[in-house]
Amino acid sequence: MSSSRPTFRATGTPVLEARGITKRFPGVVANKDVSLTIHQGQIVGLLGENGAGKSTLVKMIYGLYSPDEGEILINGEPVKLSGPRDAIRRGIGMVHQHFQLVPVFTVAENVILGDEPRNSMFVNMKKATAEVARLSEEYGLKVDVNAKVEDLPVGAQQRVEILKALYRKAEILIMDEPTAVLTPQETDELLKVMRGFADNGVAVIFITHKLREVLEVADTIEVLRGGQVVGTTTPDQTDQAGLAQMMVGRSVLLRVDKKPATPGNVVLEVEELEVEGGLGLPAVKDATLSVRAGEIVGIAGVEGNGQRELVEALTGLRKAHAKAVTINGNDALGATPHTIHDMGVGHVPEDREKDGVVGQYSIADNMVLNRFDEAEFSSKGIRNRSAVNQLADTLVEEYDVRTPSIQTTAQSLSGGNKQKVVIARELAANPSLLIASQPTRGVDVGSIEFIHSQIVKARDDGAGVLLVSAELDEVMGLSDRILVMYDGRIVAEIDGDNADRNRIGRLMAGGEDTQAS
Amino acid sequence: MRARYAYTLTLAIVAGIIVAFVMDENRTVSVLSFSLRYAVPLILAAMVGIVCERSGIINIGIEGQMLMSAFAGFFGAAITGNLILGTMIGVGTGMIMGAFLATGAVTWKMDQIIAGTIINIIATGLTSFFYSQGYVLPAITPTLRIPILADIPLVGPVFFDNGLFTYAALLTAVLLWVLLFKTIWGLRTRAVGEKPGSADTSGVNVQRTRFLNVTLAGGLAGLAGAYLSIEAASTFERGLTAGRGFTALAIMIFGAWNPIGALGAALFFGLANGVASQLQADEVIAIPQQFINMLPYILTIVLLAIVSGRVKPPAAVGKPYEKE
Repeated sequence: MSSSRPTFRATGTPVLEARGITKRFPGVVANKDVSLTIHQGQIVGLLGENGAGKSTLVKMIYGLYSPDEGEILINGEPVKLSGPRDAIRRGIGMVHQHFQLVPVFTVAENVILGDEPRNSMFVNMKKATAEVARLSEEYGLKVDVNAKVEDLPVGAQQRVEILKALYRKAEILIMDEPTAVLTPQETDELLKVMRGFADNGVAVIFITHKLREVLEVADTIEVLRGGQVVGTTTPDQTDQAGLAQMMVGRSVLLRVDKKPATPGNVVLEVEELEVEGGLGLPAVKDATLSVRAGEIVGIAGVEGNGQRELVEALTGLRKAHAKAVTINGNDALGATPHTIHDMGVGHVPEDREKDGVVGQYSIADNMVLNRFDEAEFSSKGIRNRSAVNQLADTLVEEYDVRTPSIQTTAQSLSGGNKQKVVIARELAANPSLLIASQPTRGVDVGSIEFIHSQIVKARDDGAGVLLVSAELDEVMGLSDRILVMYDGRIVAEIDGDNADRNRIGRLMAGGEDTQAS
Repeated sequence: MRARYAYTLTLAIVAGIIVAFVMDENRTVSVLSFSLRYAVPLILAAMVGIVCERSGIINIGIEGQMLMSAFAGFFGAAITGNLILGTMIGVGTGMIMGAFLATGAVTWKMDQIIAGTIINIIATGLTSFFYSQGYVLPAITPTLRIPILADIPLVGPVFFDNGLFTYAALLTAVLLWVLLFKTIWGLRTRAVGEKPGSADTSGVNVQRTRFLNVTLAGGLAGLAGAYLSIEAASTFERGLTAGRGFTALAIMIFGAWNPIGALGAALFFGLANGVASQLQADEVIAIPQQFINMLPYILTIVLLAIVSGRVKPPAAVGKPYEKE
């Protein structure tokens, strides 16, 4: 994959070196004797599952935490970073996963904030605009410097974040899962831009959990597991399977293994659905779709193109207008979430913290959130604890939820385990329609494999599945049919078996379809 | 949309004033002067709210800050026999009250509404307890007539023949607009009020900016309080501020957290009161004085009902800043 690029040869003093870093938090060792070296012009890919200690490591490099043991050297000189300001001063820039931008400020204002060109006490806006425009030009980070950040798409906002770091003359650029929010095209562009930085002598630390990307762009790959570096490699020494095995510690099936679908009756029928988003603007426009039993219908699209509103409308969480919404023959338009559940719908919501689990409840209680009032689990308003606990025990076992006890509160679980609780609960009710929104968001490779296999199993058992995901790989890997959503409309339907990544990517970005389906 | 609305309203009011001026010169000038004097503490207090909220701190204690300053300013002036010294004591008291709110809301990360409420309760208690009769100011406050400008018909006598506090209030509004939107302090302050995390990672000290701004804003509340006791009433009574600190918050919202907008809103408020008082004095409308006195509060409710949801407050207002 990277054979066209010469192998990176380190010369001189590393710009950054972390030596024997250990960081403990109450009850956990987040980093244990971690070392990392990076030279000018080098791209280091930092790979690892959730909780492997990637974020902790870069937060120490950016001065947000201080290490308990070990030292950080910049240009060969040991430093103690007191905070981000200190790190910025020493040429370290970070592009955060959650953008640190002021939405109501212009691009230029955001970039210069904290380090403004000045005329005594006044901001020299002319100089600022010119400087930001120059940087944007020089590094190929296209963005309108006078636009307000809140009006920009996510990809452009990210370019503003990068400009901010460049404006501060970053020599070491940390990018924390920068591709998580991008379309495939934007991702490709970003990887090119990163290459450009390296060619200009910037050292880049690239955090991701997407194997394809590190293989494509990194010079060196560091794999973390359980807070330790378990391997250092280069793209030409390994492949996706090898990296996944290093990350998880066992071999992982990266492709979803599934038999051809055998679609049955229509379980979900949506005709001309219109949903309003925030501010009363239409979010879903004239959507017509259907899901049959025994098939997975995936919705591909960049986030914010109406997928959330679509799912909320179908699950009774948001008002909608439509010619018809039918679930298993019942009119589901305007029905409450509870009624919709009773029609045989399982819902894996996009935001598990907010809508998926009740953090303060035990795992056992969370497992019956959808069915606590059914005869099996209560009678005459009195809950049947032992039935609940029995179910929870079985599900925790079956879905491999890693927890000390079923009485542990859900909030103490890691993201991946919380997600398993949600999936277990929804599938345990044997839904005939499963609506799963971002089912593997923020979940690591090993758990993704498991969740995917469960979704396929539900399909094989005869459930219809509506899958919404911002991960194109996930949609392509799981779906029997793919619908592409852009600007609230379903712009294309594509057969899942011979879907073309580039074509879908183009459609997701609002481009013309070059290929009639 | 909003701008056009404000523009139309302003035009209509100006047209109305000109018609009134042509019909009755003396009455019009006197009503407008009354209106402006009524607006002065509201302008200043609204600026307090703007500085605080633009920094991300709700200041519901403006009322108490003004009351304490009015008290300290009046007795300061009466005891020292010096109006300037009294005013400075008032401003200083305001800043102390500002620092008090900053300590609670910024340093201790208290609930900001509670911190402000504490200030209001303390101010009412202390000023009532230590209030004593028999003190008088050493002199009446001088007015400054600005030559030439004051000779302009209508505008001259209303705007350019006033006490120093009035000029200070008008200047403060204009100056604050420049500071907020043109200076480095302004850019950082707005960043801190909109997205403190972003300001922090950009190298702006969020806590220090907030503490400083809330304290300095207290000084403006002090000026407003000093105006009420030293110039407007020339005395101090219990509850002198009469809810102006709360009205100012409504004016701040009506002005969309913009100093010039709030200046306009405060003047509009003053005008509504001026006109109503005049109509009542002329017995054009025969309703008891008490109803006229209710007007500012009713107007506050009406205005808030109209604008609420249409203007956007600074995004981080009311939230203590926690580092990630």
